[in-house]
Amino acid sequence: MRAFSYTRAQSPAEAASAAAHTDNAKFIAGGTNLLDLMKLEIETPAHLIDVNGLALDRIEETPDGGLRIGALVRNTDLAANERVRRDYAVLSRALLAGASGQLRNKATTAGNLLQRTRCPYFYDTNLPCNKRKPGSGCAAIGGASRQHAVVGVSEACIATHPSDMAVAMRALDATVETVRPDGAARTIPIAELHRLPGDSPEIETTLQPGELITAVTLPKPVGGTQAYRKVRDRASYAFALVSVAAIVQPDGTGRVALGGVAHKPWRVEAAEAELPRGAKAVTARLFADAKPTQDNAFKLPLAERTLAAVLREARG
Amino acid sequence: MTKVSFDVNGDTHQLELDTRTTLLDALREHLHLTGTKKGCDHGQCGACTVIVDGRRINSCLTLAVMHEGDEITTIEGLGAPDHLHPMQAAFVKHDGYQCGYCTPGQICSAVAVLDEVRSGIPSHVTADLTAPVRLTNAELRERMSGNICRCGAYSNIADAIGEVAGRSA
Ligand SMILES: Cc1cc2nc3c(=O)[nH]c(=O)nc-3n(C[C@H](O)[C@H](O)[C@H](O)COP(=O)(O)OP(=O)(O)OC[C@H]3O[C@@H](n4cnc5c(N)ncnc54)[C@H](O)[C@@H]3O)c2cc1C
Ligand code: SF4
Ligand code: FES
Ligand code: FES
Repeated sequence: MRAFSYTRAQSPAEAASAAAHTDNAKFIAGGTNLLDLMKLEIETPAHLIDVNGLALDRIEETPDGGLRIGALVRNTDLAANERVRRDYAVLSRALLAGASGQLRNKATTAGNLLQRTRCPYFYDTNLPCNKRKPGSGCAAIGGASRQHAVVGVSEACIATHPSDMAVAMRALDATVETVRPDGAARTIPIAELHRLPGDSPEIETTLQPGELITAVTLPKPVGGTQAYRKVRDRASYAFALVSVAAIVQPDGTGRVALGGVAHKPWRVEAAEAELPRGAKAVTARLFADAKPTQDNAFKLPLAERTLAAVLREARG
Repeated sequence: MTKVSFDVNGDTHQLELDTRTTLLDALREHLHLTGTKKGCDHGQCGACTVIVDGRRINSCLTLAVMHEGDEITTIEGLGAPDHLHPMQAAFVKHDGYQCGYCTPGQICSAVAVLDEVRSGIPSHVTADLTAPVRLTNAELRERMSGNICRCGAYSNIADAIGEVAGRSA
């Protein structure tokens, strides 16, 4: 690990400003992704700003009946929150399908959204990776790409976003609240937080340098039957090959977002119009522009079958 | 170097550490509490599990300097050979290990799991998110999935935890 200096942030605005004005600074929350990457010198910050003391660890009701989740709320607490279990079950389910009990006790809402890909070549500093070292090439294209993205990919990168929680938040139309280095607050729809890789896979979100996430807001509950189904190589403590977050209404309409298939949670609103016609019709639209590799083409039928299973269960 | 002070097993320690020191290394290398083990050093095995302010975490993926004022319990703080914690005694009784390397992490994790169940935290296999949680064997195994045992002592580990939980696993 490279040496770094360390300070504890005093306020969200001060943290954002310090992050923008200190050379090579990063926020640290749970640390479960950042420290992992720092040990491998994939992340090499010269300064860490600890945001754990910022009192952003509350879950509050919003005036319209939604929920405002502080950026520092731990994954365990969010999954166990009574309102979330009752009204946003897809979110509880997604959180509980991720990582381990120990990790969820540390992992935070913002850190989870901003965790980096699990592409094995991103982790292997001996190999080319445009995300880790822009311009060096992509070892996954033409390499072992079983875990990689099938849709929204580019010539530069075919990595997936590994978060389960983010997939549920995408289905719930969450909004991300931030403070920018100049002290101004803004909100970003979750659909616009993560970027597709394009020709700059090293830029993963639309956040500005130093911009601090302060909260994630869920709109008022949409009801329906909510499910999160994750398919992985072992029954627990493994990242998704494919996951499906679904909210299905009694009339057969609903929402679907997929994990494990793209550089961001994958939701295509137009595909949801096909829900009454079943999983095949929906995934045909979701994957209209899919470009799988030989290794990961199995994800297309796997996603369709996983969605079919979720719909069958939801319709009882 | 940064100063930090925290409680380990009831004793306050003041340390001056390189900021890079993980909580795991602070416990093992600086406080010489070598019960907590380093397996993977990347959050993948659970050997380093300790209880901080009542919650189990992987001590390898957290910086010591981030624990100012925290109360940390390691395997040494749960019990000692002449007065074992009930979970330690159950692991001995049920042979919940072979080489023993994962055991301190398994035991710290198991103690915290029973607290999580008591406080109603659901898991991936909890069928009804709005009903009270019952510690079935499937629940116990899911909740312990962050602790890998390369010797594969899982069924004895499950028996030991099940006994402490007050049911046969
Ligand atoms: C073995 C293992 C298995 C895992 N399995 C899964 C899994 O199955 N599913 C899954 O979804 N996840 C999984 N994870 C990942 C885990 O969910 C993430 O590591 C965790 O959510 C990150 O949160 P954190 O608070 O620890 O983030 P940190 O490591 O503290 O930070 C991550 C990033 O977010 C930035 N950041 C943090 N807070 C803010 C903020 N408020 N504003 C702006 N930037 C911020 C940091 O600068 C850093 O770049 C696994 C991790 C491990 C180690
Ligand atoms: S897929 Fe993306 S992250 Fe993986 S090696 Fe290629 S550029 Fe790097
Ligand atoms: S040593 Fe910490 S999880 Fe393996
Ligand atoms: S007893 Fe050997 S690793 Fe578990």
